[in-house]
Amino acid sequence: QKYYHYVHLFLQVEQVRLLDRFSNKSVHGTLYLTATHLIFILHHHIASVEKLSLTTSGCPLVIQCRNFRVVHFVIQRERDCHDVYSSLLRLLRPVCYEELYAFSYNPKQNDQQREEGWQLIDLGAEFERMGVPCDQWQLTDVNRDYKVCETYPRDLYVPVTASKPIIVGSSKFRSKGRFPVLTYFYQEKKAAVCRCSQPLSGFSARCLEDESMLQAISKANHNSRFLYVMDTRPKLNALANRAAGKGYENEDNYSNIRFQFVGIENIHVMRSSLQKLLEVTGTRSLSMSDYLVGLESSGWLRHIKAIVDAAVFLTRAVTVEGASVLVHCSDGWDRTAQVCALGALLMDPYYRTIKGFMVLIEKDWISFGHKFADRCDQLDGDPKEVSPIFTQFLECVWQLTEQFPQAFEFSEWFLLQIHEHVHSCQYGNFLGNNQRQREELQLRERTHSLWAFLMSEKRNHLNPFYSPAYSEAHPVLEPSTLPYHFKFWRSMYHQFDRSMHPRQSILKTILTLKENSRKAESTLQALESVSTLLHIPPATSRLPHSGSEEDEQEEVGEEATESTDTERTVEGSSGTESRKQSYGELEGTYNSDLVKEEPAVVSLEFGVARMTC
Amino acid sequence: MLLYIMEFAELIKTPRVDGVVLHRPFMPTVEGTLCLTGHHLILSSRQDNTEELWLLHSNIDSIEKRFVGSLGHITVKCKDLRVIQLEITGMEECLNIASSIEALSTLDLVSLMYPFFYRPMFEVIEDGWNSFLPQNAFKDLESMTDEWRLSEVNKDFSLCPSYPPLVAVPKDFDDETLKKVATFRHGGRFPVLSYYHKKNGMVMMRAGQPLTGTNGRRCKEDEKLINATLRPGKRGYIIDTRAINVAQQAKARGGGFELEANYPQWRRIHKAIERYNVLQESLIKLVEACNDQSHSMDRWLSKLEASNWQTNVKEILTTACLAAQCIDREGASVLVHGTEGTDSTLQVTSLAQIILDPGCRTVKGFQSLVEREWLQAGHPFQQRCAQSAFSNSKPRHEAPVFLLFLDCVWQILRQFPCSFEFNESFLVLLFEHAYASQFGTFLGNSAAERARLCLPEKTVSLWSWVNRPQELERLTNPLYEPNSLVIWPSVAPQSLLLWEGVFLRWNRSSKCLDEAYEEMVHIIEYNKELQTKVNSLRRQLAQLETEDPLLHTP
Repeated sequence: QKYYHYVHLFLQVEQVRLLDRFSNKSVHGTLYLTATHLIFILHHHIASVEKLSLTTSGCPLVIQCRNFRVVHFVIQRERDCHDVYSSLLRLLRPVCYEELYAFSYNPKQNDQQREEGWQLIDLGAEFERMGVPCDQWQLTDVNRDYKVCETYPRDLYVPVTASKPIIVGSSKFRSKGRFPVLTYFYQEKKAAVCRCSQPLSGFSARCLEDESMLQAISKANHNSRFLYVMDTRPKLNALANRAAGKGYENEDNYSNIRFQFVGIENIHVMRSSLQKLLEVTGTRSLSMSDYLVGLESSGWLRHIKAIVDAAVFLTRAVTVEGASVLVHCSDGWDRTAQVCALGALLMDPYYRTIKGFMVLIEKDWISFGHKFADRCDQLDGDPKEVSPIFTQFLECVWQLTEQFPQAFEFSEWFLLQIHEHVHSCQYGNFLGNNQRQREELQLRERTHSLWAFLMSEKRNHLNPFYSPAYSEAHPVLEPSTLPYHFKFWRSMYHQFDRSMHPRQSILKTILTLKENSRKAESTLQALESVSTLLHIPPATSRLPHSGSEEDEQEEVGEEATESTDTERTVEGSSGTESRKQSYGELEGTYNSDLVKEEPAVVSLEFGVARMTC
Repeated sequence: MLLYIMEFAELIKTPRVDGVVLHRPFMPTVEGTLCLTGHHLILSSRQDNTEELWLLHSNIDSIEKRFVGSLGHITVKCKDLRVIQLEITGMEECLNIASSIEALSTLDLVSLMYPFFYRPMFEVIEDGWNSFLPQNAFKDLESMTDEWRLSEVNKDFSLCPSYPPLVAVPKDFDDETLKKVATFRHGGRFPVLSYYHKKNGMVMMRAGQPLTGTNGRRCKEDEKLINATLRPGKRGYIIDTRAINVAQQAKARGGGFELEANYPQWRRIHKAIERYNVLQESLIKLVEACNDQSHSMDRWLSKLEASNWQTNVKEILTTACLAAQCIDREGASVLVHGTEGTDSTLQVTSLAQIILDPGCRTVKGFQSLVEREWLQAGHPFQQRCAQSAFSNSKPRHEAPVFLLFLDCVWQILRQFPCSFEFNESFLVLLFEHAYASQFGTFLGNSAAERARLCLPEKTVSLWSWVNRPQELERLTNPLYEPNSLVIWPSVAPQSLLLWEGVFLRWNRSSKCLDEAYEEMVHIIEYNKELQTKVNSLRRQLAQLETEDPLLHTP
């Protein structure tokens, strides 16, 4: 409610009913509309608004959010409903970046703090960490002014033997000028992961510079006589591209390459796959059979598996065979980003830490020009450009955390939070389609960085089971990709359908315990120093149990619970609430009972708590 | 006894073969000596640090043999869903071993079963055979209500062969009336008390189907009996675990359901829980899907769907929730039955108690529930668990009814991970022992059979073994915090998961998950330790303060 003080209120509608989408639950409340929020639902979260036909109880308004929340309002007067509807339509389609929330969001930080936030991630330092530049790889200034490739970052790493004419020549032979550059260096075997876009080979065209470029990459690795070229598209798609003068590398023209298709589908297939998935999982009283059939026919998990399979292939080629790999798809900013980032995550434990994961996203997604603005529909753009590519990447990471519960420093809450803010447009990191555009928008000066915020919240995103020792013992992860290892990510796609989640969360319980232990450690230290001062022999004399012991323990417990309770809760926190869902044919009897028992405010507050910061 | 041992000896043509190679998924290959005894297949190697294999013949579901030259391969598929391979050199040895295993694993004479030969190597602290006597359970009930009595009408098992000698019935009905009611219910299973809900005094009863037949037979005593369990002016719910059309068809075979006209205070609800023979098919398909090593996601999902296993889990759980809802939220009494009242009925009544009664979520409470609602209540364990998912023979009475119950409990445990005193391992253990065991607990099909076999005298109870500190430690849930509330699980398909701990147990390496579990236990224990230290130091300081006034800070 703090927002009312300084945010202009567009609209206020009383007596609105908010329906739960899977039960007959409903609550009453007032709906507020401001320039950026609908009762604190950021407009940017809203994927679509639908006005259904009038019913006896009022006019329904269904809002689908990009974080997979579906809100179903019933507004008493149709006029009000229409006002809300048309205002929303106007508000949630900004035409220029400056209208986005990031430009008005003010977390009460000064310029220095903001600047520090942006400096948190330093990609130059990251390449240094990998051991680049080195005798085989160097930083090139060829793209300093975005002249060779405007969707690439300024700083690019290439083999030392790749001269400027080779680079420029190669870039002319690649879609959107995205020539092969280094994205990850596996120091142990001196093997490189490089990325680019498809070659403009058509049916027979070739380019000597491009061939030299690949040769240079291959030669930079003495461990292997050949270079893998992974085309992440299905072969059919690549073939079809040849007709448009694009295509894939002809093994005859490039010396010592091993060419491989891995068959990840394109953005359009992924978009409609997610749509189907959400349709199925959004059905009320869904049967198990329809759920499983829907899960299968949506193809979603098949696509997720394809991405993980590709990353596993990449990882094996690099870590086992010691070969360098060049990864591309069509433009090299969707599937290529997925596979390179996931592969690096499997190879390098650093990327499985909180900071490392931010670096990874900054490198393979943000700096290499994944089109966040288009894919996430930040401005009123082409709906055919929208696609859940980044969401898929986060899901792949989640699938891995399920197989390796001790390998990641972060929990799924971290992934969900990142997903949330990729779509909220509250921070500048993901605005725009590439670095050049971000510089033009002066995002570093005018908006705040998500990474700084997430870093300050680090405690809430920790995986309590994380073991650095495990990572030391298993630097490279070798996941199984048998189908049954892939599960439906309920915490993502039903994030807000609280009734579906476990009522008690192991994650939360253990986090709280760890926090308690941390506090107890410092208390213990303080107490021990006091007792040393007083010359008490260290805890030897056992005293009989007194009633106060339990009270004390309880105090500690409650304190700690409170401190984490204010943070996000994904899986319902307690078993104390009864679930008011109908298991069968007793409906009718329950409805009256429900309305009477459920206080309106509680549920509304829950719904919005997680959106605001 | 000697005769039996002779008999085993006859079956074992080659008791010992050297140089046998054992392959197990996710475990190193072991080479060693294979020995066959009357009840075990043993493979031991002289190498240190290699685990020996001790496999009960009764755990073997099916075997397959094939030869490559003179090298024989025997694939042993177990009832606990494990699949192992033995490589035996020499055709004759291999054939002998295979036929011995086949014969020994299909002995169907109960008295030849291992529990009759097993002698415990541990100290029995508490004899499990006496841990859960009905008269003791009834004492708890007596402390809550005086409306029920224990009847001995079935003490010689003549009225209802599948009931225990003691059953709880409404106080005002004498044994003569019960005898009349028994003639009106399938298998003589007249309505008995299954659960008393202390919070509001509502009850759950179970029975066999009423024998109304096609001409709508009725039984005044039956009507009176179940009406007597209602509070004045209150209605009750009859939950029939069969779909309405199935219940209709049952009439032709003399069965049927309660007509509303004859039971006006009761509302009948039909829920479609599959019958046991259908469930067996479902298990076979599920296990087949889980063992399919193909990399196709579509194939996996469509096989999982076609097995219907998850659908069965959902239906059973939903029905149990409905029963619990009637009792706790509607304040109504409930009668549950299907056809015989020994399968789906027990799934529903026992799961409803897990939901409603915090006592059932403790280790002892759960054992007591299994004892009351499954063993005493006459679930035919021996028939249902004779074969598991790999059996080639046509199923007769086999069905994973109890396994489905355990699966449903696991689903609730997943959703309320802090509300159960036991962990997943306990559920897996019960699954294993229901199918093959050194203990006598799950032998026989009813209390009557168990009495005839003199199991308490001749075998050891599973509970005797489980209820020792070293076993309990492994089976208790470190997250447990008693939760006195009713726990309502979600039955949305998205909330129900495949029970990997059973169905994928042998198809994946559990190392990472086990290590994470260890870490969790460690975190919890470390926390406890710290709290104890802090408290003890605080107390010392407090004591010093009171002893030495000079220490009081100004």
